[in-house]
Amino acid sequence: MASVVLSEAEKLYIVHGVQEDLRVDGRGCEDYRCAEVETDVVSNTSGSARVKLGETDILVGIKAEMGTPKLEKPDEGYLEFFVDCSSNSPELEGRGGEELGTDIANTLYRVFSCENSVDLKSLCINPKEHCWVLYVDVLLLECGGNIFDAISVAVKAALFNTRIPKVRVLEDEEGTKEIELSDDPYDCIRLNVNEVPCIVTLSKIGYRHVVDATLQEEACSLASLLISVTSKGAITSMKKVGKGSLDPESIFEMMETGQRVGKSLHIALQKILDEEENLGTSRAKVGFLG
Amino acid sequence: MAAVTMRLPAARAPLDSSAPRGGEKHLVAPGDTITTDTGYMRGHGTYVEDEKLIASVAGVVERVNKLVCVRALKARYNGEIGDIVVGRITEVQQKRWKVETNSRLDSVLLLSSINLPGGELRRKSAEDELAMRDYLQEGDLISAEVQSIFSDGAVSLHTRSLKYGKLGQGVLVQVSPSLVKRQKTHFHDLPCGASVILGNNGFIWIYPTPEQKDDKAGGYTANLEPVPLSDREVISRLRNCIMALVTHKIMLFDTSILYCYEASLPHKIKDILKPEVTEEIVLEARQRLLDSEG
Repeated sequence: MASVVLSEAEKLYIVHGVQEDLRVDGRGCEDYRCAEVETDVVSNTSGSARVKLGETDILVGIKAEMGTPKLEKPDEGYLEFFVDCSSNSPELEGRGGEELGTDIANTLYRVFSCENSVDLKSLCINPKEHCWVLYVDVLLLECGGNIFDAISVAVKAALFNTRIPKVRVLEDEEGTKEIELSDDPYDCIRLNVNEVPCIVTLSKIGYRHVVDATLQEEACSLASLLISVTSKGAITSMKKVGKGSLDPESIFEMMETGQRVGKSLHIALQKILDEEENLGTSRAKVGFLG
Repeated sequence: MAAVTMRLPAARAPLDSSAPRGGEKHLVAPGDTITTDTGYMRGHGTYVEDEKLIASVAGVVERVNKLVCVRALKARYNGEIGDIVVGRITEVQQKRWKVETNSRLDSVLLLSSINLPGGELRRKSAEDELAMRDYLQEGDLISAEVQSIFSDGAVSLHTRSLKYGKLGQGVLVQVSPSLVKRQKTHFHDLPCGASVILGNNGFIWIYPTPEQKDDKAGGYTANLEPVPLSDREVISRLRNCIMALVTHKIMLFDTSILYCYEASLPHKIKDILKPEVTEEIVLEARQRLLDSEG
C-alpha cells in the first residue's frame, strides 16, 4: 500500500487526537469523509461506477459475457474480479502493483463468496451450458487511504448500474439450442443488490479504533480489521490486516462499530443510487472532466 | 452516531471572477502560440517552431523587455536564496541529510549548516558525524532557510538560527508552491490560538503555539505532552480552512487564512470540507480581502 512517512511527533499528535475523538480533519472516530458516487461513467461496459472518498478515487467497470458455468455449480453464473493499481504511483506500476492487486481481488472474492450476496441463479441461461459471467474490473486511480471501503462501495454501485441483456434459448427440431438476443437495447435484467455487502475497515490507533482512515492515520495504526457488512447488519466475512495484534475484547467492540457504521453506509449509498436513478436521462453526467 | 454522507458529483463552477487586477493575464496552454514576432528572446517554458514562439507549459506569459517566458501554474518548487521551507528528511548520508521539499531534486542539509542541541558553537567532529541520526532521523520534519543553490538546481538548506530546526507536534498540509504568497515573514502566531509556518515550497505546518520561548532546547527536544482539546480544534479548523482556500486557488498568507477561519466559525469543523460550505466560506473570505484592499 502506498504509505507516507511521518515523524514521531506527528504520529503522537494523531494518536492523542484519536483518543479524544477529534481527528486531524475534525471528524469523529466513526465519521466517513464526504464521498461522491457516480454510475454509468464508462460507456462500453454493462455497468460502471466511480467513487471518490476524500483523496481516494476508484473506478469499477463490469462487463457481462457469456461463458460456461463452473462444474460444481452448473445452474449459477459467477463473478470474476480483477484489480489494477498501476495508475496510482510509480512504485505500483507493472509488477509492483501486482501484490496489492491480488490482495484486493482475493478479499473481494472472499466477501462475495457468501451465497446470498448476489443472486447467481438469475445469471444462468442454460444449466451446464451457458451462463452470464460478470467480469468486475477495479481501477485504483488514486490512493488516499481506506481503499477497501471505497472499492466495495464502487462495486455495489456498479452492480446496481449493471444491465444484462435478456436472452432467450430457442430449441430446434434437431435439439440444437440457439441463443437469441432481444432486439430492444433497453430490454435487460437488473441485479438485486440488497444483499451485497460493503467492507468497513476499522483501524486500531492507540486504544481506540477509527473508521475511514487517511494515509497518515494508516501509518499510525498497527492493526486493522476488515469487516464486510450487509445492509441488514449481518457480517459476512472478516479479515485482520497489519503486523500488530488485536485484543479479543477490542475485536468485539470493533465488530459492533463495524455493524453500526456498515448499516449507515448502506443507507447513504442506497439513497444516492435511488436519487441518481430518479434523475434518469436528465442527469448531467460529470465524468472525469468536471 | 456514525455520519456517512454521500453525494452526486457536481461539475465545479468557478467562483465569479472579480474585477481584473492590473490588466488581463495572458494565459496559455502547451502548444499555444504566444507571438509570431521574431524579435523576442525566448525564456523558460517556450520554444520556437516555424518562426513562432510556442508555449511548452500551461501558465501565464511574462514579458520583461525582449524576454518572453511562461510561468507555469502548477510546478515543483524552485528554490531561491532566503526562502523559508519546511521539509522532511528522506536520507541520512555522510555529513549531510537529504530533505524532501517538493522540488525537482532533493534538497541538501549539510552537517555544518545545523545548530547543535544546546546551542553549542563548535566545529563538527567525526563523533558528530556518527551521531547524525540522533539529531535528525528519516521522517523528521524541519523548518529551514535556503542558503545557496547548487549548479544542478538542488537547494542547500541551513538551520543556523533558533527559529529553525526540528518540528514537534502538529499537522502538515501540502499545497502547490505557487499558492504561498511571498511575504516578509512566514512564521505567524495567529490570534485564534495556533501558529503556522507557511513554507515557500508549499508545505504548511500548523502547530500549537508554544507557551514560552525556551532558547535552551535549540529545537531538538520535541514536546511530547498531549496537546489540549481546544488547541486541537483550532488546528483542525485551520487545516480545513487551508484546504478550502487551496480548492478555490486563493493565495495563502496570514490574513487570508485568518479571514477564512473567522468565516468558518459558525460551521462544525468537519463540515468545512463539504463543497457548499467551502464555497460559502471562501466567498466570504475573498470579499473581506477585496474590501480591505480597495
